[in-house]
Amino acid sequence: MLTRLVPLLAAAFLTVFAGAAQALDVRAAVLRVDYPTLLPISRFDLRPEDLGFAGAVLADEDNGTTGRFLGHSYDTATVAAAPEEADAALEALLAEGIRYLVIDAQAGDLLRLTDRAAQAGALVVNTRAPETALRDDACRANLLHIAPSNAMKADAVAQFAVWKKWPRWLLVEGSNPADRALADAYRRAAHKFGAKVVEDRVFEDTGGARRTDSGHVMVQRQLPTFMQRTKEHDVVIAADATDYFAAYLPYHLWTPRPVMGSAGLRPVTIHGAHEAWGATQFQTRFEKLTRRYVMEEDYNVWLALRVLGEAVTRTTSTDPREIEAYVLSDAFELAAFKGQKVTFRDWNGQMRQPILLYDGRITVSVSPQEGFLHQVSPLDTLGLDRPESACTAFQ
Amino acid sequence: MNPLILSAALCLAASSAFAGKAFVSNERGNTITVIDTSTWEPIEEFSGGNRPRGITLSPDGKLLYVCASDDDAVRVFDTETYQELYTLPSGPDPELFVLDPAGSPLYIANEDDNLVTVTDTRTHKILAEVPVGVEPEGMAISPDEKWVVNTSETTNMAHFISTEDYQIKHNVLVDQRPRYAEYTADGKRLFVSAEIGGTVSVIDIAEDGTPTLTQKIGFEVPGVLPEWLQPVGVKITRDGSRIFVALGPANRVAVIDGASLEVVDYIMVGQRVWQMAFTPGEEFLVTTNGNSNDVTVIDVAREQAIRSVPVGQQPWGVAITPH
Repeated sequence: MLTRLVPLLAAAFLTVFAGAAQALDVRAAVLRVDYPTLLPISRFDLRPEDLGFAGAVLADEDNGTTGRFLGHSYDTATVAAAPEEADAALEALLAEGIRYLVIDAQAGDLLRLTDRAAQAGALVVNTRAPETALRDDACRANLLHIAPSNAMKADAVAQFAVWKKWPRWLLVEGSNPADRALADAYRRAAHKFGAKVVEDRVFEDTGGARRTDSGHVMVQRQLPTFMQRTKEHDVVIAADATDYFAAYLPYHLWTPRPVMGSAGLRPVTIHGAHEAWGATQFQTRFEKLTRRYVMEEDYNVWLALRVLGEAVTRTTSTDPREIEAYVLSDAFELAAFKGQKVTFRDWNGQMRQPILLYDGRITVSVSPQEGFLHQVSPLDTLGLDRPESACTAFQ
Repeated sequence: MNPLILSAALCLAASSAFAGKAFVSNERGNTITVIDTSTWEPIEEFSGGNRPRGITLSPDGKLLYVCASDDDAVRVFDTETYQELYTLPSGPDPELFVLDPAGSPLYIANEDDNLVTVTDTRTHKILAEVPVGVEPEGMAISPDEKWVVNTSETTNMAHFISTEDYQIKHNVLVDQRPRYAEYTADGKRLFVSAEIGGTVSVIDIAEDGTPTLTQKIGFEVPGVLPEWLQPVGVKITRDGSRIFVALGPANRVAVIDGASLEVVDYIMVGQRVWQMAFTPGEEFLVTTNGNSNDVTVIDVAREQAIRSVPVGQQPWGVAITPH
């Protein structure tokens, strides 16, 4: 094992020393597509103006502090665009010569933008779209994923439920396509880890405003009746990617059970109370900069740009092909306040990372759970493993 | 079995003449535990400020310095009375520090501000603030006192700061999340542990102090996931023959041969082993075990753990009186 690594390590040293004197200006961009959305159920989930962009500012600072010692400077442009303006925004960034693009967009737009970026030789990093297909048959050779897939998040929840010996799931899903896709991920996760979806219910999205002065009164009468006469279950799994009902589930069930998934215990990449593994320092740096708590979108963008910073530091190159080859290689590793290094799956471009299970106040647990073993990395028990992924773009 | 017990008893008896003390900072308990190093019994536990982590002693053993991270200060205690004497300005969130062998200054890593603060322990004044990489942590000083090394956890570098003008003269990239740096007694080598990278970097030091990264030492324990082999504290015997590396959640201390730089053994200790200190004659090495709330005493010559001593909550660092 160690002897096999030696040539790689030696090569890494050489590039580092060779590069020590070479000045580099590293340019990147964050393109955020802003969709018309309804207000969230909770004011705590309102989207700040600088959502995601704040992660870029912090990443430029962090990368720049390191870069100072190497002669590397970092400059990341941040662009928000309506869906119909997204293509033009991308063209403008490509025209400026930017070839490292962090994109926060829905799957359809992401794929179209990624394919256009490929024509210009640019590398794209997905910080939002969770669709498992993007890591499967719809994968792209110039598309890396920081955002965990629905499969990774569902597997993170499933492992915790199995570890708790809560194998009987009542799955409650929304009626929108994104909700159904998420529910599919939970069905797959149940099968993968030996749990059972004993019953599946769809809570129809009838549209309309999310908030009314007395919304909770209606819900208090509707939800318990909707949740009556279920099969025996240990836990309620909520699949509500569009955020219209899951938040109301805890305390409005008929049979008292814990809720996990889109409400109750939720799988996240970060939250503002996460402190383990040195994360407190990340939180204080972020809060000093923004005067607010970090959200997943911010962390995902920060991580996408830290990947770039780490690759530039180690390779002394800004060439997107060299950057991608390096981050997909065994030599790449990055600390991301998750207690172990994060790396990339070279079969579909997905970042391997632990998933935090968050109850709205604290980190309750972190998946992968103890005892879920894997021949390569326990992190590969989350999401599409090499034999499961139909992605061939990276071969 | 008998000869073993006998030799252990002899060792204990031999060292009892010194009657030294080990001071352990308990990060979560906000206390300092005092252990008698002749009997290995805890003899006192006193308040150490909020979130005590880095801990060291003055060269004469009379003053105990503690990084009280959440108080943004270094607290200074009398090692006989355990009374707090005064605090030293440290800059925000001090985590680890290193004391000049002459007793001053103290070089302190400020995790939140990307700074190393240099504090005169006699005048209590800050002499300099040195900007370093993101999340400074490990601190070491060269035996000739000409260089202070700081490791930065997110920048992944060892920064070599000249003690003449407090300017960074060299930077060496190491693996992810470097936690600790330690020079050999002859000053010819520096070892830097990388917690997330899972390696210890070996850096050769030229006559003029110029560092050259020559190799990285990895770890492998059957039955332990590679992800849990997280090197943190590093201690080196004075003759350079053995390097001990605390492996965090792997609950083991690696023993490295100083000549071949090969790992020769792994010693089982308590849970989440963090920092270490030798007794003055290097008979024993004490490790802090954050998750089992104890310290492990290792017999250095036999390279075996001989006992564990319960301390306060989440022990972080340890310092042992020089005589």
